[in-house]
Amino acid sequence: MEQEIKLRVSQIEKSFPGVKALDKIDFTVKKGSVHVLCGENGAGKSTLMKIINGIHQPDGGQIFIDEQPVRIGNPIQARNLGISMIFQELNVVPEMTVEENLFLGNLPGKRFGNVDWKEVRRRTTELLKAENLPYSPTTLLKDLTVSDIQMLEIMKAISYKSDIIIMDEPTSAITHEEVEKLFIKIRELKARGVCIIYISHKLDEIFQIADEITVFRDGTVVESHPKEELDIETVISLMVGRKLTNTYPKEAVEIGDTLLKVEKLCGAGGYKDVSFYVRKGEMIGFAGLVGAGRTEVMRSLFGLDPILSGQVYMKGQEVNIRSVEQSIRNGMVMLSEDRRRYGIIPMRSVRENTTLSSLQKVFFRFRYQRKNEHSLVSEMFSKMRVKTPSMETVIASLSGGNQQKVVLAKWMLLNPDVLILDEPTRGIDVGAKYEIYKLMTELVKEGKVVIMVSSELPELIGMCDRIYVMAKGTITGELSRQEFTQEQIMKYATGTTTS
Amino acid sequence: MKEINWSQFWSTFKKTYSIYLVLLALFIVCSFANPNFLSVNNLTNISTQLAVTTILAFGQTLLIISGMLDLSQGSVLALSGVFAVSAYKATGSFTVAIITGIMTGIVCNILNAVMVSTFKTPPFIATLAMLTMARGVALLFTKGQNILQLGDFTVLGQGSIGFVPIPVIFLIIFAVITWYILRHTKFGRSLFAVGGNEEAAVASGINVHKVKYTAFIINGIFVGMAGILFMSRVNAGLPNGAINYEFTALTAAIIGGTSFSGGIGSAGGTLAGAFIVGFLDNIMNLTNVDSYMQQIIRGAIIALAVIYDIRSKNRRTKSTLGRIEDKGSRRKGKGKGITESHK
Repeated sequence: MEQEIKLRVSQIEKSFPGVKALDKIDFTVKKGSVHVLCGENGAGKSTLMKIINGIHQPDGGQIFIDEQPVRIGNPIQARNLGISMIFQELNVVPEMTVEENLFLGNLPGKRFGNVDWKEVRRRTTELLKAENLPYSPTTLLKDLTVSDIQMLEIMKAISYKSDIIIMDEPTSAITHEEVEKLFIKIRELKARGVCIIYISHKLDEIFQIADEITVFRDGTVVESHPKEELDIETVISLMVGRKLTNTYPKEAVEIGDTLLKVEKLCGAGGYKDVSFYVRKGEMIGFAGLVGAGRTEVMRSLFGLDPILSGQVYMKGQEVNIRSVEQSIRNGMVMLSEDRRRYGIIPMRSVRENTTLSSLQKVFFRFRYQRKNEHSLVSEMFSKMRVKTPSMETVIASLSGGNQQKVVLAKWMLLNPDVLILDEPTRGIDVGAKYEIYKLMTELVKEGKVVIMVSSELPELIGMCDRIYVMAKGTITGELSRQEFTQEQIMKYATGTTTS
Repeated sequence: MKEINWSQFWSTFKKTYSIYLVLLALFIVCSFANPNFLSVNNLTNISTQLAVTTILAFGQTLLIISGMLDLSQGSVLALSGVFAVSAYKATGSFTVAIITGIMTGIVCNILNAVMVSTFKTPPFIATLAMLTMARGVALLFTKGQNILQLGDFTVLGQGSIGFVPIPVIFLIIFAVITWYILRHTKFGRSLFAVGGNEEAAVASGINVHKVKYTAFIINGIFVGMAGILFMSRVNAGLPNGAINYEFTALTAAIIGGTSFSGGIGSAGGTLAGAFIVGFLDNIMNLTNVDSYMQQIIRGAIIALAVIYDIRSKNRRTKSTLGRIEDKGSRRKGKGKGITESHK
């Protein structure tokens, strides 16, 4: 059966100063199908979607809807043409209620331009009921979890009754069950003839939901195929343009003495009696659901949040942790899950961001040691394979993966004993992920310790020597490498076992 | 390839040096607009008049870079000034007077820092409170009377070494100090980090409290010294002097490219900004522009400078939007905000 073409873009081009973001893109979406876009960060997927949604204007090329040429000047025009977009960045006002958010920019008016709040309430209640969401129209968004908000955004897009819905990484913050719910929703929409453009890095997901897959690389479409003609390996190699032989470069490392030991740690984040240890050369993982308290434990260990009780021993010595400085002095560093918030100084250069924690190596003898800084940074960049136009490039202009490498480089300069990585590969592309895994392996080979908090079980299972599982603020299980299975971890994480 | 390098070079050049080009252009225009402008006398006068507010502007620059500001500068200047003048009249010692003035500036600014850093008051509000208090103390201390007849004390504000007026020498010294702090010290680098992203600065092991306190203390030294120069130049201790000087200082810093969003700014920029304002004021006076008109023009220039700052920042972000596909930093909220998402 030949499906009708709903959306067609032809020869779309877009440049930003210094970069060709899109180079003559041709791409079609059929009615009632799910079209998945994948590609590394910076490949041009999001730029293309922003053009279709009217946020950016193309430098050249044409967009057709139902084979009619259209011009999309802004998101409101896009909405009128039946296009809506769910952004990867959640744009919500925390002090707003659910109903205000749902109708933001689209409030039903009465005669004098005042808002018809009754109508708003009625329609919100209806929608919430239809989607089976448990909160009330007057709940404030700040009281919802990230995944609730994400579901709300999805609902909002659906409520516009669009024919084309663009979803940019809709599942990166929602739980497994919600992903299932979302997929059911997508299938429903599909059956109604809506077409969906779906951007994701999660390859297993892609194969569950896609009808067609288009791979982007460096601003061009590499290949576009029905799902049946592709498999995960092929997609990965198309994305990175080379074959990655081993997804997880795990190497056997000799395990030494205990380096870090934590006993009965209780802290402000609501976790209690957390005890664990790490030995030299070991890589341990922390698994658990969102909100299990993993990040909170790590934040306390790193001195960002207060520890209420419990002991921390480094190399057998008890240490006090009251500030990040102290933690760093103890040889501990942490890569935060929220890079933009805790990782980078966005408007400063990659050079300054790299040496931020090692300023004593850059300023001494009463002056700025320019040469020192440049050699430190360039050495680190070549070791970590940071791709940047120059050292003076503003860090915000790098891709996510490269920003992450710069933040890691900042910590590597300190030559730490313990490296805590909180979701180190979230939102970065396959190639950069692999390089970060490699780096972790090299570190443990040097006798250091890596603690990885991750929500991606495959990477924990692939990289770690032991995994601690947390649920509701306590450690509910400890697994050694031989015992790793996703099922076992999930059992502990959901608290369905009592061991 | 070569072409790209040139355009990159040009954009960096523009970003770094455009303010100096503006200053140079203004200088040339002024020279042609009025023959008196270029006289040594006039240029020395401009510099002397600019000294006090530009020293204040350097203090503002350090604070704005780290994401703060100081509205109390004018009042604290007056307070430091009258204390210094009284100390001089009581002891006849320059050293005692200068130490008194600078200590006053420091104490007031430590209080600012306590409010801002320890109690997390927004700097705007905290220093607004200090603005009112310091002026009150100055008036109370002098019972609202000007302190007259400073005798030799005027040498600081009115004297000169060779043909260079002493205030100008101080202006140069403070410019160098500011440049040195921003360029050559750990503290300076930390200022940019704290103003650029405070949470990231904390998570990188920077002692943000220390940075903020230090920034205010240095500002205090600058304000104290400015107070001494000011009173010495007018040959009186004026408890009502220097009203609104903080705004002149802020203007210079903003025109000089210090970004109000924090994380960006330089000593050279602020110096150039101060002179742009100074040249404009001077040429408007020389060409008999109505003084009310002058205010309107000055206001318009501030607006233009800020619009330019914001536009250039937008351009920077836009140029990168296509490249950033950054999911890593999705706000998950802090631990507390997240409950178990699902049973």
